[in-house]
Amino acid sequence: MKLSTEPTKLVTRNGLIRGGVFIALLAALPGIFPQHWLWNLMFFTILYATMAVSWNYIGGFGGYPSLGHAAFFGIGAYTEALFFKTDHVLHSGYEPFFMLPVIGLICALLAIPIGMVAMRTRADVFAIVTITLLFVTQTLAFNLRNLTGGAQGAAVVQPKFDVKFFELPFYYTAAIMLLFAFALSYYYSKSKIGLSLTAIRADEDKAKGVGVRTLQVKVIAFSTSVAFTGMAGATWAFYIGFIYPQFAVDPLITITMVLMTFLGGRATLWGPVLGAVILMPAQQLLAYYVGGSQLYLLAYAAIFLITILLLPRGILPTVTNKRRLKALALKSVAAKASDPLAEGQSA
Amino acid sequence: MHVLIQGLIMGVLTGGVYALMASGQTLIFGVMKVVNLAQGAFVIASAYLTFSLFTQFGIDPFVSILITTPLMFGIGMLAHWVFLRPLRKEDAVELSILVTFALALLVEGLLSVTYRTTYRSINNTYSNKAFLLGDGFSIPYVRLYGFFISIALLLVLYFVLQKTKFGRAIRATVQNPQSATLLGVDSTRVKAYGFGLGIATSAASGSIFGLLYPFNSGSHYDLISRLLSVVILGGLGSIGGAVFAGILIGVVSSVAAVVWSPTWSEMTFFIVLLLVLLFRPQGMFGRLERGAA
Amino acid sequence: MSAILSVKSLTKEFGTLKAVNDCSFDVEEGSITALIGPNGSGKTTVFNLVTGYIGRQSGAVTFDGVDVSKEHAGNLYRRGLTRTFQQSRVFGDLTVQENLVVAKGGSWKTIFAPRVSKDDQLRADELLEEFKLSHVADLYASELSWGQRKLLEFASVLMSKPKLVLLDEPTAGVNPILIETMADHIRNYNKLGVTFLIVEHDMSFVMRVCDPVIVLDRGKPIAQGTPDVVQSDPRVLDAYLGD
Repeated sequence: MKLSTEPTKLVTRNGLIRGGVFIALLAALPGIFPQHWLWNLMFFTILYATMAVSWNYIGGFGGYPSLGHAAFFGIGAYTEALFFKTDHVLHSGYEPFFMLPVIGLICALLAIPIGMVAMRTRADVFAIVTITLLFVTQTLAFNLRNLTGGAQGAAVVQPKFDVKFFELPFYYTAAIMLLFAFALSYYYSKSKIGLSLTAIRADEDKAKGVGVRTLQVKVIAFSTSVAFTGMAGATWAFYIGFIYPQFAVDPLITITMVLMTFLGGRATLWGPVLGAVILMPAQQLLAYYVGGSQLYLLAYAAIFLITILLLPRGILPTVTNKRRLKALALKSVAAKASDPLAEGQSA
Repeated sequence: MHVLIQGLIMGVLTGGVYALMASGQTLIFGVMKVVNLAQGAFVIASAYLTFSLFTQFGIDPFVSILITTPLMFGIGMLAHWVFLRPLRKEDAVELSILVTFALALLVEGLLSVTYRTTYRSINNTYSNKAFLLGDGFSIPYVRLYGFFISIALLLVLYFVLQKTKFGRAIRATVQNPQSATLLGVDSTRVKAYGFGLGIATSAASGSIFGLLYPFNSGSHYDLISRLLSVVILGGLGSIGGAVFAGILIGVVSSVAAVVWSPTWSEMTFFIVLLLVLLFRPQGMFGRLERGAA
Repeated sequence: MSAILSVKSLTKEFGTLKAVNDCSFDVEEGSITALIGPNGSGKTTVFNLVTGYIGRQSGAVTFDGVDVSKEHAGNLYRRGLTRTFQQSRVFGDLTVQENLVVAKGGSWKTIFAPRVSKDDQLRADELLEEFKLSHVADLYASELSWGQRKLLEFASVLMSKPKLVLLDEPTAGVNPILIETMADHIRNYNKLGVTFLIVEHDMSFVMRVCDPVIVLDRGKPIAQGTPDVVQSDPRVLDAYLGD
């Protein structure tokens, strides 16, 4: 009687079904709820889901909590604004979307040296560097006036999309990004990259000691993670049309993606998505009823602290672990029934 | 040359205040191995408190240190009890970073709801006065007092750590948590007191900070970045290092402000941080030994 | 026989304390060598220095004919020098099977390979069966008992087919039956050509399993030889009883 687990399969029937349903749902949502305010909400939910899913690569799987992702959000936003100033002539209107992969690449490349310096020692130094990076980027956004317009803000050219469907191109762009971010997350979790990241989170020195390529894996996770954040920032800038340093490089963006990841369940595939689906509508509701960004700051910080204290593993792992333990109990009962000697080793 | 020396003097004077703030930050790291990202927020909270005590009751900002420090000590202990103590040991490092970050935002949120986000400054009778020293170097009184009070408080901190039983327990914990526990040090209590003491130290410097600079609820980001650069340069956990690094960075940024530009002098902190991490990640006085069980 | 590991004048100070002081010894290829000594004699520090977990100050370490004095733990692991820890450091968030797979080593390109490949599974299954851990293969390591963790860590450092394994107190806190199991595993792998260097407090275990024995006192070897010789050496008695 052998109960050992099987080798990892990248493509499974269940996985295909789940992926298919997910894609169909993303595609159909705007058709099911054809209201502008809902489209706006869906766009932001999907955009933040993308960021939370990608933050999870390094912050969740790897246990390296980056507080500086908002810096890359801002870098993406300002790069988009620089490429597509208001005097830029758009033909189809979709050109700024085609720029996204380039922006992602820029952010990814930028993250490599930063990651190599910041992740050389340990997670707390990494957190320090990333939060400082956030502040430095914001200072730069305020002070490099020739590039960013400083406190006056920077305008992005606006597409002549039909007002009736204005949100849809943005929504579908965000949806495609989410699918890519999710696919990468899935790949990490099914490859040695994910295995190594989890080992790093559990005990980095030991991981290094058993030959895990810690630095390479951390840099890959960090760099791909901020690539998506940068692209999300660029999409946001194009959607909003006018960006200010305090909103493009905002600690609130970081805490939002971190909170979504933790609420749904870090180091899981669906946790960050679930977190975004819960929090973004809640935030919009809060904004609608109370207004004022100071209150959200308060609410976010409070929800975050409560989540960590009361639900430290997040919603999904709490649920799935209960199911897993139940299944294991059944399995071991079955094992005992069929093989009286199965429990030979009692240590 | 003249502006350079003026910059140098101002740098030392403000550096003393940073030294005090950073010593609290590094003390917390030493005792708990926690990078407290809420340190800046507590400094600002204390600055606001000082502001209120001054505008409502006319209490001199320097005198209010006597009120803010014990109060913040209590708040620090409470914050430790509620938010940090319950964290699971396996991921305490990672989660404590996020928890203190959330705590910073919570404090920021509370302050901006209470005081709005407009910049405040504390203007008392001597806050704009200065005297001339030697060859026409202007020394503002608040900076001078702030410097001396910071140094005096650092001496008090030194005394507490060196001469009291509680201080010895803290130092033992900093050096080796396991053997400290074996020697009968109650580590949970030491951590709680250590965290409280770290916050109290920053509270004292917050009262001074409020006199020196205008501030609003968001000022803590700027401050925490500076503090972190200081403690990394000094070596995480080393109080002597934090004091030295605080004054050094104070001088460097102040000189950069006069020879370069005030806006860009803020970047000196980050440049220093980057250089340290590249060439001496353990800081000037820190140790890098860890990992082996 | 030749030395697979050779340590020359290794020294390590923590502040003013010389934890390891001008320490030199050889481990013969194919032996089961014990490293014993009173508490605080520097055994674990020697392990940490040899395996590259803490920085070496002075002295040289030669492994398998190569000077590895400057190499860090990961490189040494890939060269075939592995170790366990007193507190059995297993990855709690990985399953038992994954704990083995992650320790398999391999070139950096393997990070793009599947989490658990067919090869990984076969190799892991062999060890799981041998160490009687198959029935817990899909539990998280954090869910294991203390003894199972000890077994798992031992099994995991064998994944990469090492030449030399350093065991830090393999029997600490485990029951008598499991101690025998440990002894059997050590002997079996030794027959297959794996050299062992073992820090151990359980003297009866050392006497039964190990030969030669190196005795460390104040960071320095004071005696070396067969268990019987070492046992009757007056310096060893002095070191243990205090003078």
